[in-house]
Amino acid sequence: MRAFSYAEPKTSAEALEILQKANGEGMILAGGTDLLSLMKDSIINPKVLVDLKNIPDFSRIVDKDGQLNIGSTTTLSDLLENTTVKERYPSLVQAIEGISSPQIRNMGTIGGDLCQRPRCWYFRRGFGLLATQNGRSMVVEGENRYHAILGNSGPAKFVNASSLAPALIALNAIVEITGPAGLRTLPLADFFRIPQNDGEKENILEDNELLVAVKIPESVGVNATYEVRQKEALDWPLTTASVNLSIEGKTVRSALVVLGHVAPMPWVAINAAKVLKGKKLSPEIVTEAGEAATIGSKALSRNRYKIQLVKVAVRRAIRRASRIGGV
Amino acid sequence: MAEYKWPDFSKRSLISKKISRLDAPSKVSGEAKYSYDVNRPGMLFGGILRSPHAHARITKLDVSAALSMPSVKALRVIQDVGTEIKWEMDEIVSVAAVNENALYDALGAIRVEFEVLPHFVTEELKEKAPKSNPGEAQIIGRPEEALAESEVVMEGYYGLARVAHCCLESHGQVCEWEDDQHLIAWCSTQNVSGLPPQFAEALDIPAANVRVITPYMGGGFGSKFSVDRWGVECAQLARKAGVAVKMMLLRDAEIAIAGDRPSAYAKVKVGCTADGELTAWKSESWGSGGVSRAGNPPLPYVVQIPNIKKQHTAIPTHTGSARAWRAPNHPQGCLITMAAIEDTAAKIGMDPLELMLKNIHLTGRLASIYQQELNIGAKMIEWEHNWHPRGEGAGSGPVKYGLGLGIHTWGGRAHASNCEVVVYPDGGVEARIGSQDLGVGTGTIIALVLAETFGLGIKEVKVRMGDSRYPQSGPSGGSTTVGGVSSSTRRAALDALEKVLNVTAPALGVESGEQLEAWKGTIRVKEDPSRHIDWKRAAARIGPAPLTVMGRNPGPGSLNNSGVGGIQMAEVSVDTETGIVKIERFVAVQDCGLILNMKTARSQVFGAMIQGVAYALMEEKIMDPVTGKLLNPDMEFYKLPGLFDVGQLKVHMMTGPGYDDRGVIGLGEPPVISPGAAISNAVANAIGVRVPTLPLTPDRVLGALGKGV
Repeated sequence: MRAFSYAEPKTSAEALEILQKANGEGMILAGGTDLLSLMKDSIINPKVLVDLKNIPDFSRIVDKDGQLNIGSTTTLSDLLENTTVKERYPSLVQAIEGISSPQIRNMGTIGGDLCQRPRCWYFRRGFGLLATQNGRSMVVEGENRYHAILGNSGPAKFVNASSLAPALIALNAIVEITGPAGLRTLPLADFFRIPQNDGEKENILEDNELLVAVKIPESVGVNATYEVRQKEALDWPLTTASVNLSIEGKTVRSALVVLGHVAPMPWVAINAAKVLKGKKLSPEIVTEAGEAATIGSKALSRNRYKIQLVKVAVRRAIRRASRIGGV
Repeated sequence: MAEYKWPDFSKRSLISKKISRLDAPSKVSGEAKYSYDVNRPGMLFGGILRSPHAHARITKLDVSAALSMPSVKALRVIQDVGTEIKWEMDEIVSVAAVNENALYDALGAIRVEFEVLPHFVTEELKEKAPKSNPGEAQIIGRPEEALAESEVVMEGYYGLARVAHCCLESHGQVCEWEDDQHLIAWCSTQNVSGLPPQFAEALDIPAANVRVITPYMGGGFGSKFSVDRWGVECAQLARKAGVAVKMMLLRDAEIAIAGDRPSAYAKVKVGCTADGELTAWKSESWGSGGVSRAGNPPLPYVVQIPNIKKQHTAIPTHTGSARAWRAPNHPQGCLITMAAIEDTAAKIGMDPLELMLKNIHLTGRLASIYQQELNIGAKMIEWEHNWHPRGEGAGSGPVKYGLGLGIHTWGGRAHASNCEVVVYPDGGVEARIGSQDLGVGTGTIIALVLAETFGLGIKEVKVRMGDSRYPQSGPSGGSTTVGGVSSSTRRAALDALEKVLNVTAPALGVESGEQLEAWKGTIRVKEDPSRHIDWKRAAARIGPAPLTVMGRNPGPGSLNNSGVGGIQMAEVSVDTETGIVKIERFVAVQDCGLILNMKTARSQVFGAMIQGVAYALMEEKIMDPVTGKLLNPDMEFYKLPGLFDVGQLKVHMMTGPGYDDRGVIGLGEPPVISPGAAISNAVANAIGVRVPTLPLTPDRVLGALGKGV
């Protein structure tokens, strides 16, 4: 780890000023559960760390005006204990519970979860986010059992590492970002992108911007997350599906299906949602939705099994959310 | 002369009881100091620049920038320009600096260039290997004819990936020179008595001038017998700098090059009669122990089928050298054999337990032990009630249940050991022994033997170990330690006691010490226990100087033995939609002769079962065909199970007549042999098809089910 300076701003304005001065060499420190390991492995080498944990508003959860406003340094443990979260957003609770390390839940934050870097072993060994060598993808020719099956037609083959993003996107969450030009909000789905070249990273946050808060609308449908994880102990999901369904009787009025750990960004499975919308839930429809979620998938040499996992995860997330017997 | 035997069952106050580890409080409180915890005045931090390439030649090396850093106190070029590097993370330059940050700055400032050479690291694809070392075919009986004549022939393919030892305390040491000829090394080692000669040879000093200290140790599993290159470098840097140097391996090097169990893959044919009598075995096997030739599994394992033809090929790969991994070659032999036998049973529609019992005579002298153990295990896991023909379990959901078994053996004969027992005139009793406690409770065993022999409480005796200045005792490998140290301690203690009894005889009005015995803090007359004196008063009779006696193993009397049998049975559930395997219940029935401490013996078996679940379901060195690198030298993708991943574990230790009277036999290795076989067989029973290779990860399970790669 290289030497760095450490700043503890008390306001977001102060934090922005420090970031601006750092001129691209500053990094935001929240829980540090990912950042410190990246620094120890010299994958990133920031000169300034800007700790956000002393900005009071950033760690608050406020329920008002029809939405739940979650400050970006709210810890995963605090989210898990929040009664509103427990009552309204089981899909979020299930996603957090999937991070089965109390230590990480106590330190890790919602903003950190959304901004954490991919776990791709080529990236983590210093071969860059796109892991290309002489213009060829090391992932394609090498070991790709945990890599992307969707959205992988470009140079990016890694999978987005966020545990919470599929649930939050399915819940129509928006994010609030502050920067030199002031506050802006955008749907969380638009926060992520698939980098097309070495200069791009996996989200749109600029070097001089801060993630302030995540806002989830009050009114959501039945929702659930299903993670396929090999281990009960701390382990990355092989595939995640999160759904948010408005159901009347057995009929689905609206549906959002979002996948995690299968593409370089959280993957909104539009085709699965289309299958569900306006239909009565039945085993056949649920199976069809699972199949539809894999449309466009392309297996690499060692990850075809993840296509199967997407189908299962979608089916099980729908069943878990709907709580309707016999589907 | 004393009679060298273990006390009769009725006379045991500690042996075979459940005794808690004496070092448990110091470990849980953090008071225990491991090599990693040793800090010396002015100590430097040592580290190594390692090769990023699996196969390359060093073409340029410039250490000048690092050398000119004031915080760098010593630097040594280990492999210079022109050297051919044959595995990733091989050592190139060692550095000692004033703190860890300065160390990494210095390592980063070293400029090294390579000519990258072609590598091969994926030996399962045998046909792609640029080199192979085929061994001679071994033939017993008439295998080809027997196969041709067999009513049924089963053909199968099986294998196990390479795994690491992954010691939680990584390899390493702190080295400090007392003067330019005398070295003290606090090493994480399985070989306290054996390291001084290794250091001495590399450092060109007398072996007598090296002292190795290992009070506590965080796991070895067969990977910590050698001083290793990092041990020599640490000592050399300390000599050069004139102060102590700490050099412990980082986790990536620990997994990549400090531990490796060879892989094994085999194409097998088994011949049998229609009613399940095994008649023939044929196998072509291969595997890699990295650059070494290690790793020829015993095939067929335990079950000596009358007609055998087998041939093994060692495939060299550009990876570090294999090390003895807990029961070397046995887990591989066991998986391949037991899976092939289970598949044979499935082919003829027979219960594999029934088939195993029918052929149990082929296991030789342990046959009756296996038979008893299989019957006990079957009751524990309710085999009769829970077993079903392959793939025909109850329930229509995606989760399927299955049972599987494996049987194993191990030698475990006691190693050479010397133990010095001291009796002080104030009644204090102490053992000094140059052995080591890898974390398994060896120190508690020595204390228990001492206390039992002198009729004292276990906390009334003192054990001094983990220091090469104490009498030489063997390395802890091959499950030889407890047999060795308990025997040398018992002999020394019996001899010392005899001397105390002899000087006590007049005080109790008997003619000779043979008429006396030590019992619960007293010396008493055997024929008339009412006549006794306190132990301390008896000890005072030896005079003002302490009594010192050396005990040895091997030696007179039959205190230890070799050759154990064990069986394991697993019940698993498999989610056939996700390929995830869970251990439901896992049963081990194990023989190890006389059990000295029932609690730590059971702990050994539990630990082995957990390590077995790990390599059966999760552990795997994932090698990159593109770069030749190990892709998962971390605790993130080198997956180990947590508490909720190991299932319900049950252990039954064989005791009583036929077991206790065999004497002490080693236990460390045997229970880690069968888990891969038992779990793989249980998965096959659950899902109806064999998942050929371990670990049984979702991609492999779905692949076998036709739903994956």
